[in-house]
Amino acid sequence: MQDRPTAVELLTSVREFLEHDVLPGLEGRKRFHGLVAANVLAIVARELAGEETALVGEWQRLRDLLGVDETVPPGRLDGLRTAIDALTRRLCERIRAGDADAGPFGDAVRAHLRMTVVEKLRVANPRFLGNAT
Amino acid sequence: MPVGVDGLRRLPGGASREIWLFTVARDGAAPERLVLRRDPPGHVIESSRKLEFELLRAAEAAGVPVPRVRWCGGDDPVLGASFFIMDFVEGETIGRKILRDPELVRARAVLPEQLADAAARLHTINAGAVGLRMPEGEGPGAAELARYADVLRSIAPDPHPALELAIRWLGARLPPPRTPTLVHGDYRMGNVIVGPQGLRAVLDWELAHAGDPMEDLGWLCVRSWRFGADTEPVGGLCARERLFAAYERAAGVAVDPAVVRWWEVFGNFKWAVICIMQAQTFLNGVKNVELAALGRRIVEMELELLDLMEAP
Repeated sequence: MQDRPTAVELLTSVREFLEHDVLPGLEGRKRFHGLVAANVLAIVARELAGEETALVGEWQRLRDLLGVDETVPPGRLDGLRTAIDALTRRLCERIRAGDADAGPFGDAVRAHLRMTVVEKLRVANPRFLGNAT
Repeated sequence: MPVGVDGLRRLPGGASREIWLFTVARDGAAPERLVLRRDPPGHVIESSRKLEFELLRAAEAAGVPVPRVRWCGGDDPVLGASFFIMDFVEGETIGRKILRDPELVRARAVLPEQLADAAARLHTINAGAVGLRMPEGEGPGAAELARYADVLRSIAPDPHPALELAIRWLGARLPPPRTPTLVHGDYRMGNVIVGPQGLRAVLDWELAHAGDPMEDLGWLCVRSWRFGADTEPVGGLCARERLFAAYERAAGVAVDPAVVRWWEVFGNFKWAVICIMQAQTFLNGVKNVELAALGRRIVEMELELLDLMEAP
């Protein structure tokens, strides 16, 4: 375990340096890219803060949706990502086959996708959610 | 004759093309401000600057406000990439500012009608005459859907179930085939120059193709081009009904709101696929933070698609 400041605290510090000390001196294309860069740092900070919880939740929803016979999610973050990727590819095959066009499975798929997309937006662009959160 | 080039600087925006502003001074003539539009290295969106040059010429002839084009360099090795040169047009291009700048209050009042009129005019351009291939067989909607679905499945590094769901939804509700017209392909806030009196120029013709003219109206309604002004669906400017009525007056053809809605849903799908393409350009080695950040915008269109597909 690293010493303080945490990764999120360090990222926040760099973002504030960009916003307060660098961006006011930039213009045109450099300024635009500076704003994008500061926003990217904010995204990464939000992602780090809640990543494991979000990944476990997404894995559990996919497991229930696709009827996978496993109770314990992979223990490591990279294992979770690999498992979610594989399950989501299976879900895509079901959708392409028309299984989610209507009926209870379609409703469950849409509910899962909405929850996943909203969670991802809480990281990528919380303002986009407006009052929908 | 001595010619001086001065003040060369790269303009912001243009994630897929470079745009450079410069001034040319010739003996005995007033200095002219010109713009060079050029392919950057490593881009994935294939299009031709020569075609864009020809389109801008045809658009001017059709009465669409556009920058006058001056010279097309083709694949001139002097600049290492395809490029053309056009007049600089003064005005605002940033959507957020067009929607909020107090000096553009008059412009905002007339923009919906001006955008409808310019769209109607550009839809009269003979797409075949400028070298665009007419879609064959099943109609423009099916052709565009198949094209972007193929791109998604061939380049996306991650699975996208919400986009797969959108492909199913769109495939089951294809708009009826109609005679193809020229379609701008990127007709939206952010790709127009606006002055105090309103629309000054329609830019970024690189995605132009032959297809369904309703595609341009649907694209103009895509949520991303409202720049936060979400209560006004058409580019953050007005209600859909006002755009449709103005277009019907200008073009003399009826607008079917259900068809425009299909193209709005398709537009969100297409914009998600374009974001994937742009992020892929970054992953392929083009070091550009703007391209990288677009990879995290895909999910915005996915939420909008889920909302639109569930709307009555």
